Amino acid sequence: MTPSVKHRVQLFASWSDTLGPEVEVELPEGARVADLLETLETQAKSKSIKPLPRPSVALNQRYAKADAVLASGDEIAIIPPVAGG
Amino acid sequence: MRTALVDHPLDPTALLAEVADAGSGASTLFVGTVRRSNQGRAVTGIDYSAYASMAEAEMQRIAEEAVARFGSAHVVIEHRLGTLTLGEASIAIAVSHERRAAAMDAQRYIIEEFKARVPIWKREHYVDGDRAWVDNQGGAVAV
Repeated sequence: MTPSVKHRVQLFASWSDTLGPEVEVELPEGARVADLLETLETQAKSKSIKPLPRPSVALNQRYAKADAVLASGDEIAIIPPVAGG
Repeated sequence: MRTALVDHPLDPTALLAEVADAGSGASTLFVGTVRRSNQGRAVTGIDYSAYASMAEAEMQRIAEEAVARFGSAHVVIEHRLGTLTLGEASIAIAVSHERRAAAMDAQRYIIEEFKARVPIWKREHYVDGDRAWVDNQGGAVAV
Protein backbone atom coordinates (compact mmCIF):
# COMPACT_ATOMS: atom_id res chain seq x y z
CA MET A 1 0.00 0.00 0.00
CA THR A 2 1.28 3.47 -0.92
CA PRO A 3 1.98 5.60 2.14
CA SER A 4 -0.11 8.75 2.38
CA VAL A 5 1.00 12.33 2.96
CA LYS A 6 -0.96 15.10 4.71
CA HIS A 7 -0.86 18.42 2.87
CA ARG A 8 -1.95 21.77 4.25
CA VAL A 9 -3.77 23.77 1.61
CA GLN A 10 -4.63 27.49 1.70
CA LEU A 11 -7.85 28.64 0.03
CA PHE A 12 -9.07 32.05 -1.06
CA ALA A 13 -12.18 33.96 -2.18
CA SER A 14 -15.15 31.71 -3.05
CA TRP A 15 -13.19 28.57 -2.18
CA SER A 16 -12.34 29.93 1.26
CA ASP A 17 -16.00 30.87 1.81
CA THR A 18 -16.99 27.27 1.08
CA LEU A 19 -14.24 25.14 2.66
CA GLY A 20 -12.50 27.61 5.00
CA PRO A 21 -9.17 29.42 4.69
CA GLU A 22 -7.11 26.28 5.22
CA VAL A 23 -7.75 22.54 4.95
CA GLU A 24 -5.68 19.42 5.43
CA VAL A 25 -5.84 16.89 2.60
CA GLU A 26 -4.43 13.38 2.85
CA LEU A 27 -3.29 11.94 -0.48
CA PRO A 28 -1.15 8.97 -1.54
CA GLU A 29 2.56 9.72 -1.84
CA GLY A 30 3.32 10.93 -5.36
CA ALA A 31 -0.15 12.50 -5.82
CA ARG A 32 -0.40 15.26 -8.40
CA VAL A 33 -2.10 18.65 -8.53
CA ALA A 34 -4.99 17.09 -10.49
CA ASP A 35 -5.59 14.58 -7.66
CA LEU A 36 -5.71 17.37 -5.10
CA LEU A 37 -8.22 19.32 -7.20
CA GLU A 38 -10.42 16.28 -7.62
CA THR A 39 -10.49 15.71 -3.85
CA LEU A 40 -11.27 19.34 -3.07
CA GLU A 41 -13.92 19.61 -5.79
CA THR A 42 -15.69 16.60 -4.27
CA GLN A 43 -15.61 18.28 -0.83
CA ALA A 44 -16.83 21.59 -2.26
CA LYS A 45 -19.74 19.92 -4.08
CA SER A 46 -21.06 18.59 -0.78
CA LYS A 47 -20.99 22.07 0.77
CA SER A 48 -21.99 24.48 -1.98
CA ILE A 49 -25.21 24.57 -3.97
CA LYS A 50 -23.63 26.48 -6.84
CA PRO A 51 -20.54 25.06 -8.55
CA LEU A 52 -17.34 26.90 -7.62
CA PRO A 53 -15.16 28.33 -10.38
CA ARG A 54 -12.36 26.04 -11.55
CA PRO A 55 -9.23 27.20 -9.72
CA SER A 56 -5.51 27.12 -10.47
CA VAL A 57 -3.10 25.65 -7.96
CA ALA A 58 0.10 27.28 -6.73
CA LEU A 59 3.02 25.33 -5.30
CA ASN A 60 5.51 27.39 -3.34
CA GLN A 61 4.02 30.62 -4.70
CA ARG A 62 4.18 29.67 -8.39
CA TYR A 63 1.40 28.39 -10.64
CA ALA A 64 1.65 24.62 -11.05
CA LYS A 65 0.54 22.34 -13.89
CA ALA A 66 -2.03 19.60 -13.34
CA ASP A 67 0.63 16.87 -13.54
CA ALA A 68 3.01 18.47 -11.00
CA VAL A 69 3.75 16.13 -8.08
CA LEU A 70 2.99 17.36 -4.55
CA ALA A 71 5.93 17.13 -2.17
CA SER A 72 5.67 16.96 1.59
CA GLY A 73 6.07 20.47 3.00
CA ASP A 74 5.10 22.29 -0.21
CA GLU A 75 3.23 25.55 0.30
CA ILE A 76 -0.01 24.75 -1.54
CA ALA A 77 -2.72 27.24 -2.46
CA ILE A 78 -6.00 27.09 -4.35
CA ILE A 79 -6.22 30.13 -6.62
CA PRO A 80 -9.76 30.91 -7.87
CA PRO A 81 -10.01 33.14 -10.98
CA VAL A 82 -8.06 36.28 -10.05
CA ALA A 83 -9.47 39.80 -10.22
CA GLY A 84 -6.75 42.27 -9.34
CA GLY A 85 -6.12 45.52 -11.14
CA MET B 1 11.93 48.69 -9.55
CA ARG B 2 9.48 48.52 -6.65
CA THR B 3 6.23 46.63 -6.13
CA ALA B 4 3.94 46.69 -3.11
CA LEU B 5 0.56 45.75 -1.69
CA VAL B 6 -0.74 48.58 0.48
CA ASP B 7 -3.71 49.14 2.77
CA HIS B 8 -3.95 52.92 2.41
CA PRO B 9 -5.15 55.21 -0.42
CA LEU B 10 -2.77 55.27 -3.40
CA ASP B 11 -0.94 58.44 -4.41
CA PRO B 12 -0.37 57.88 -8.15
CA THR B 13 1.53 61.13 -8.75
CA ALA B 14 4.07 60.04 -6.12
CA LEU B 15 4.72 56.94 -8.23
CA LEU B 16 5.24 59.12 -11.28
CA ALA B 17 7.79 61.19 -9.36
CA GLU B 18 9.48 57.99 -8.24
CA VAL B 19 10.20 56.80 -11.81
CA ALA B 20 11.35 60.24 -13.02
CA ASP B 21 14.82 60.07 -14.48
CA ALA B 22 16.74 62.61 -16.57
CA GLY B 23 17.78 59.78 -18.91
CA SER B 24 14.16 58.89 -19.64
CA GLY B 25 12.23 60.80 -22.27
CA ALA B 26 8.90 59.22 -21.37
CA SER B 27 7.01 58.32 -18.23
CA THR B 28 3.60 56.65 -18.18
CA LEU B 29 1.12 56.33 -15.34
CA PHE B 30 -1.78 53.88 -15.30
CA VAL B 31 -4.44 54.13 -12.59
CA GLY B 32 -7.24 51.60 -12.18
CA THR B 33 -10.28 52.82 -10.25
CA VAL B 34 -13.51 51.39 -8.85
CA ARG B 35 -16.24 51.71 -11.50
CA ARG B 36 -19.86 52.63 -10.83
CA SER B 37 -21.37 49.60 -12.54
CA ASN B 38 -20.37 46.14 -13.69
CA GLN B 39 -22.42 43.97 -16.05
CA GLY B 40 -25.36 46.30 -15.57
CA ARG B 41 -25.36 46.12 -11.77
CA ALA B 42 -24.86 49.28 -9.70
CA VAL B 43 -21.73 48.89 -7.57
CA THR B 44 -21.21 50.73 -4.29
CA GLY B 45 -17.73 49.44 -3.39
CA ILE B 46 -15.24 46.60 -3.69
CA ASP B 47 -13.35 44.47 -1.15
CA TYR B 48 -9.91 43.48 -2.41
CA SER B 49 -8.08 40.57 -0.78
CA ALA B 50 -4.91 38.70 -1.70
CA TYR B 51 -2.70 35.70 -1.21
CA ALA B 52 -0.21 38.32 -0.14
CA SER B 53 3.10 36.48 -0.26
CA MET B 54 2.50 35.07 -3.75
CA ALA B 55 0.93 38.32 -4.99
CA GLU B 56 4.07 40.21 -3.99
CA ALA B 57 6.29 37.60 -5.65
CA GLU B 58 4.21 37.63 -8.85
CA MET B 59 4.18 41.46 -9.02
CA GLN B 60 7.95 41.43 -8.71
CA ARG B 61 8.27 38.80 -11.47
CA ILE B 62 6.07 40.88 -13.80
CA ALA B 63 8.11 44.03 -13.13
CA GLU B 64 11.32 42.10 -13.86
CA GLU B 65 9.82 40.74 -17.09
CA ALA B 66 8.88 44.26 -18.21
CA VAL B 67 12.41 45.50 -17.61
CA ALA B 68 13.89 42.51 -19.46
CA ARG B 69 11.47 42.72 -22.44
CA PHE B 70 11.17 46.45 -22.92
CA GLY B 71 14.27 47.84 -21.26
CA SER B 72 12.23 50.04 -18.95
CA ALA B 73 14.38 52.33 -16.81
CA HIS B 74 12.08 52.24 -13.78
CA VAL B 75 8.92 50.35 -12.87
CA VAL B 76 6.77 50.93 -9.78
CA ILE B 77 3.55 49.00 -9.08
CA GLU B 78 1.23 49.42 -6.10
CA HIS B 79 -2.07 47.64 -5.48
CA ARG B 80 -4.40 48.53 -2.64
CA LEU B 81 -6.24 45.93 -0.51
CA GLY B 82 -9.27 46.38 1.74
CA THR B 83 -12.59 48.08 1.07
CA LEU B 84 -12.60 50.75 -1.65
CA THR B 85 -15.42 53.10 -2.58
CA LEU B 86 -16.41 54.41 -6.02
CA GLY B 87 -13.68 56.25 -7.88
CA GLU B 88 -10.88 55.19 -5.55
CA ALA B 89 -7.70 53.84 -7.11
CA SER B 90 -7.06 50.12 -6.72
CA ILE B 91 -3.85 49.98 -8.75
CA ALA B 92 -1.22 52.41 -9.94
CA ILE B 93 1.65 51.57 -12.30
CA ALA B 94 4.38 54.01 -13.31
CA VAL B 95 7.00 53.24 -15.96
CA SER B 96 9.82 55.34 -17.36
CA HIS B 97 11.88 54.67 -20.46
CA GLU B 98 14.23 56.48 -22.77
CA ARG B 99 11.55 56.36 -25.51
CA ARG B 100 7.75 56.66 -25.42
CA ALA B 101 6.76 53.57 -27.43
CA ALA B 102 8.58 51.15 -25.13
CA ALA B 103 7.22 52.93 -22.06
CA MET B 104 3.65 52.45 -23.32
CA ASP B 105 4.27 48.84 -24.39
CA ALA B 106 5.69 48.02 -20.95
CA GLN B 107 2.74 49.69 -19.25
CA ARG B 108 0.27 47.63 -21.25
CA TYR B 109 2.23 44.43 -20.65
CA ILE B 110 2.31 45.00 -16.88
CA ILE B 111 -1.41 45.68 -16.43
CA GLU B 112 -2.50 42.79 -18.67
CA GLU B 113 -0.16 40.29 -16.97
CA PHE B 114 -1.17 41.65 -13.57
CA LYS B 115 -4.85 41.10 -14.23
CA ALA B 116 -4.23 37.56 -15.46
CA ARG B 117 -1.71 36.35 -12.88
CA VAL B 118 -1.54 38.19 -9.56
CA PRO B 119 -3.59 36.35 -6.89
CA ILE B 120 -5.88 39.17 -5.82
CA TRP B 121 -9.67 38.86 -5.62
CA LYS B 122 -12.48 41.33 -5.51
CA ARG B 123 -15.93 41.10 -4.04
CA GLU B 124 -18.31 43.72 -5.33
CA HIS B 125 -20.99 45.32 -3.16
CA TYR B 126 -24.21 46.25 -4.96
CA VAL B 127 -26.88 48.82 -4.17
CA ASP B 128 -29.35 46.04 -3.29
CA GLY B 129 -26.98 44.84 -0.52
CA ASP B 130 -25.88 41.74 -2.42
CA ARG B 131 -22.17 40.89 -2.68
CA ALA B 132 -20.39 38.71 -5.22
CA TRP B 133 -16.90 37.58 -6.13
CA VAL B 134 -16.12 38.66 -9.67
CA ASP B 135 -13.41 37.56 -12.06
CA ASN B 136 -11.47 39.64 -14.54
CA GLN B 137 -13.90 38.82 -17.31
CA GLY B 138 -16.35 40.88 -15.26
CA GLY B 139 -18.77 38.10 -14.46
CA ALA B 140 -19.93 36.97 -11.05
CA VAL B 141 -18.28 33.71 -10.03
CA ALA B 142 -20.73 31.79 -7.86
CA VAL B 143 -21.46 31.76 -4.13
